[in-house]
Amino acid sequence: MLDDFFIRALIAGIGVALTAGPLGCFVVWRRMAYFGDTMAHSALLGVALSLFFEVNLLIAVFGVAILVSAVLLLLQRRQSLSADALLGILSHSALAIGLVLVAFMTWVRIDLIAFLFGDILAVTPSDIALIWVGGAVVVAAIVYLWRPLVASTVSEDVAEAEGMNPARTKLFFMLLMALVIAIAMKIVGIMLITSLLIIPAATARRFSASPEWMAVFASLIGSAAVVGGLFGSLTYDTPSGPSIVVAALLLFILSLIPAFGRTTAERPANKGVQG
Amino acid sequence: MLMSKRAAPAADNRPKLKETLVSLSNAGIRRDGRWLVRGVEFDIARGEVVTLIGPNGAGKSTTAKMAIGVLKADEGSVTRKRDLRIGYVPQKLAIDWTMPLSVRRLMTLTGPLKEAEIAAALEATGISHLADSEVRHLSGGEFQRALLARAIARKPDLMVLDEPVQGVDFAGEAALYDLIRTIRNATGCGILMISHDLHMVMAGTDTVICLNGHVCCRGTPEVVSQSSDYMKLFGGNARSLAVYNHHHDHTHLPDGRVRHADGSITEHCHPEDGHHHDHSDHDHGHDHPQDHAHHHDTQKGEGTRHA
Repeated sequence: MLDDFFIRALIAGIGVALTAGPLGCFVVWRRMAYFGDTMAHSALLGVALSLFFEVNLLIAVFGVAILVSAVLLLLQRRQSLSADALLGILSHSALAIGLVLVAFMTWVRIDLIAFLFGDILAVTPSDIALIWVGGAVVVAAIVYLWRPLVASTVSEDVAEAEGMNPARTKLFFMLLMALVIAIAMKIVGIMLITSLLIIPAATARRFSASPEWMAVFASLIGSAAVVGGLFGSLTYDTPSGPSIVVAALLLFILSLIPAFGRTTAERPANKGVQG
Repeated sequence: MLMSKRAAPAADNRPKLKETLVSLSNAGIRRDGRWLVRGVEFDIARGEVVTLIGPNGAGKSTTAKMAIGVLKADEGSVTRKRDLRIGYVPQKLAIDWTMPLSVRRLMTLTGPLKEAEIAAALEATGISHLADSEVRHLSGGEFQRALLARAIARKPDLMVLDEPVQGVDFAGEAALYDLIRTIRNATGCGILMISHDLHMVMAGTDTVICLNGHVCCRGTPEVVSQSSDYMKLFGGNARSLAVYNHHHDHTHLPDGRVRHADGSITEHCHPEDGHHHDHSDHDHGHDHPQDHAHHHDTQKGEGTRHA
């Protein structure tokens, strides 16, 4: 039953999940879920540009994600619109422009569904190498930047006053996000990347006594979701990306059951969704 | 360039061995064409306690942030001693509940510490029993103590405390001010403090600087508390400060004292200070900073109506 393609899918998926765990924690802590979504959606624009100009897919996706996040930060600084509305505009425009561009290029045939929702079962050995090398770079960078990342998440002012450089930290964070989006796109798809960042981190919250443990647990829970989702996908013949997200969601729901740890009664009401 | 010129005479005026940690010279911060503070001038030496007082929105937090480099001065200069180690307690700190952060982990936020250093700081601020509590479960007063402990544990050259005892009960307040003084005496660090509790703060302060968009008056607590500017700002009654501040904002502008040479008017409410929620006319001023004349008239009109 364990075919070659399935083993490859597992190795690739676990590689992505391990990388997404720590980064996803910062997305949750910094309330950047929608921001991450916007960067991910811009990936389709990157795909279209890479086909049009015949450049490397990863580089194009990475570049466009960086560009979109830079535009977002600039527009947010001008404060002409709420961050929320800006994200909504950019997120969906980037996706729509990507779709329109792809439709214009009648001479290329691409599997749009595979880009949007992932095609983990068509992972090649070179994809695996890319995911693990790219993932190792991301994890190493997060470990190296850990203290400034946590400190500037808690308070940029305190970090700055006490000798850190939160602006630079934020820039590195954006680069890491773009890198993860580029390497995770093929596995879970553009539409579902942020769920692999956020759901395992949110699940890990309940069991974690420190930011460090939350990052580790998020990686492990994400890996479990990949394994569960892929087995489900194989068994029930469902698409792999959505299956992984459903598995992650099931783990999240499981974590809400009070018997598995501390009660959630102590949690204050969440103050709305923010970008 | 300006900075070295400035540092030398300042050092001469002081008793020997008192190294200048931070020196502000004619420093100002401008946002949206408006000066939040301007012409701020003071030094903090090792072992010195400088307290900034002033009404809400006078630019106290802005000045403190400028002194430690969180905000860059748009005018004048700010010089800090090389490798100055700062311990900062901000006025506000919102930690997202999704981050599991214990008091112990908060201590090492910006740098590693020895276990004994953490224990000593928690002991000094009276929260040893909360070391393993999550910060989001602390009360306002406990959280302030934790922030203070964090700043102390770093053994900084300069502590910057922006309303460090907010939310602390009355007895605790006095104890924490005592603690701050004790730390200054023991470590010889400089302290820049912002406070509303004038009576409490005055006793332990070397220099009081009274701010209202600019430095209104300064000196030892005795000198400042008898100056006419201080009386105008606070009416000699610290406890009803907020009330006086409101009236003051309405009368201060027509005086012309905060109207600057370039025609700009120093506003009394900045987002940084976060006290402007109930002053709708001030918010209006933020949205239309260029509309000075109109803003001015509105305030005047309101003042008359109140009177």
